Order: sequence, then structure tokens, then C-alpha cells
Amino acid sequence: MAWELNNDRPIYAQIVEILQLRIISGFYPAGEKLPSVRELAAEAGVNPNTMQKAFMELERSGLIVTMRTSGRVVTEDESMIREIKETIAIAEIENFFKKMREIGFSQEQTLELAKNVYKEEK
Amino acid sequence: MSALVECVGLTKCYLNGVPAVANLNLKIEKGHIVGLLGPNGSGKTTLIKMINGLLRPTEGVVLVNGFEPGVETKKCVSYLPERTYLEAQRTVGDMLDFFADFYEDFQKDRALDMLTALNINPKARMKTLSKGTKEKVQLILVMSRDADLFILDEPIAGVDPAARDYIIRTIISNYNPEASVIICTHLISDIENILDDVVFIKQGQIVLQMQVDDIREKHGKTVDAYFREVFAC
Repeated sequence: MAWELNNDRPIYAQIVEILQLRIISGFYPAGEKLPSVRELAAEAGVNPNTMQKAFMELERSGLIVTMRTSGRVVTEDESMIREIKETIAIAEIENFFKKMREIGFSQEQTLELAKNVYKEEK
Repeated sequence: MSALVECVGLTKCYLNGVPAVANLNLKIEKGHIVGLLGPNGSGKTTLIKMINGLLRPTEGVVLVNGFEPGVETKKCVSYLPERTYLEAQRTVGDMLDFFADFYEDFQKDRALDMLTALNINPKARMKTLSKGTKEKVQLILVMSRDADLFILDEPIAGVDPAARDYIIRTIISNYNPEASVIICTHLISDIENILDDVVFIKQGQIVLQMQVDDIREKHGKTVDAYFREVFAC
């Protein structure tokens, strides 16, 4: 979850994804205060205005809440976090199946292969 | 709201009569980090020198905070030239004192912190430093002012990649929402993540002024890749 911002999509969109990942993975737990825009901008090596824009996007989606006294915190709504987590997982799996189809594997073959690989890794 | 920098019909002709900057119009707002990008000989340094008052425009005006370049603007503009002017016989510490004496807004503590972070001995004489280290010292001096406008002409070209990261973080963390930074460089991919806007300059004229993320959204390319396309030889 390092700040790898090297592809050609808008930077703020990449930051939104990284912050989202940090929240759903529990790196920033529900209800916890987030670092300031400036701290995160310096850490990521991006413009503070870009970081601000990413924060605003996450606020709009409800994942981040601005408290009048304590700054920005992660939402306490854990069911919302779970929902987003699931949405992202499903998208990843769909993407994986699509790639496997391109290689020439049917869904069944893919699942079978996945099981074998999983066993070997264990 | 009035712009921090405003150029109207700005033109500079050198003796050969070919304008280096030709009828250029540009506005830079407060609180923006702007990349001034263009091929060699496109007029970047000429433009910067006019904003600094080192060159007089042949025609047109440039205003910084509403003033024409002069005493008032030099108080609030911190400029990193492409070449160092620090005296070889003096020590790094002497330079700090020199700057503290010259500029009211110079923060010596900040400069000393940065020297420590980059392992530069304040007692070292300038002439004993490597080219890259000299550039770091110069940049530290410039970034240690609480200026309204920082103009950095090739700030990272001569320094190693690790120090580049440090310098870029320094620019971000010294950033004040009221101040603007103009960065002029060819190393676009190293700095494009910290820019708000880019300005493309070609044959002395602005051909594009746009937000970095808008370029990425509209053209599906990094600024670096887009620059290569626009200025393809």
C-alpha cells in the first residue's frame, strides 16, 4: 500500500484508491483520526491540493467524516466499510476471470487451477 | 481575486531581433505549484528573468502582487537561478548569514535543519563542495525564505535521486496555501505529482495552461508523455 503513483490516470483518483484500500484493510481503523492533508501529501510526494481533492471525494462517498473538533476521521459505519470491501473484491475477481478467459481458461478450469495453486502455496 | 503573477502582452527581444518571449499572457494564482515546461530555447528562462526583474521587457507588463518588478517584489520573490552565484571562498554558514542579512523573511533554523538532513557541514567552504551539493545549498537558501512566490529554475537537475525526493518533500512541506511555486525543469516525471498546473511554452508563447489531472483525464497520458507528444521533434 505504498504510494505508487506511476500510471497515467489522474493522480487524485489513484490516491482515492490507495486511501480506500488503507481504510478497508484496517490500516486506518473505523473511527480513527486520519493524518493531516499536508502530512499525507508529503508522504506520498504529491501536491497538497491533490490530496485535498482525494479527501473530498472520500468524504462525498461517506468513508471519511469531518468532525468539527478532531479533524477528519474514518467512518464508524463498519457495515459500509464491509460493503465497499466486498465491491472491490468482486471487481478484482471479475477482472481475474476476464484475464483468465483471455488466456483461454473457462470458469471451471480457472477455479480448478486456483484450488491447485492454493494447495501448493499452503 | 487578483493573480499573484500577471503577464500581459509580455515581449522580450534580444539584439538579434528575434523575440525570445512574444506577446505572452499568463496568470498564476496564489497557492499553486506550477510547472513551466518547454523545449530548449522556448523562452522559459527569459520569462523567469523578467518576472524577477533581471531583464526588462521590450514591451508589455509583468506584475507580481500588483507591483512591477523592483524592491517590493524582490522582498517577496525567492529565486533559484539556473547557475549558482555563491562565493567560492566563503563557507556554507557565511551564506546563511548573508541571506539572513539580505532577506527579512529568511528562516535560518529551517536552513540549518535542511543542511543537517542532507548531511552538509555548515563549516565547509563552497569551493570544496561537489556540483550537486552546491546546488543543494543554493536550493536550501532559496526554500528557507517565507516568500510569496518561489521561482525555481532547474532545481533538481544536478542532484541525486534520493536528494531529489527530499527536495520535493521539502517543497511540499514548506508549502503555504498563500504562496506559489513556479518550477522550470526538463525532469517532468520527477515533479509532475506535485504540480497543480502545467504551462507549456513554445517559441516564447504559452500554448497550454492546464491542471495536471485534467491532462491525464483528457488525454489519458502523464504530463511527461503528453509533453513528448506536443513537442515531438
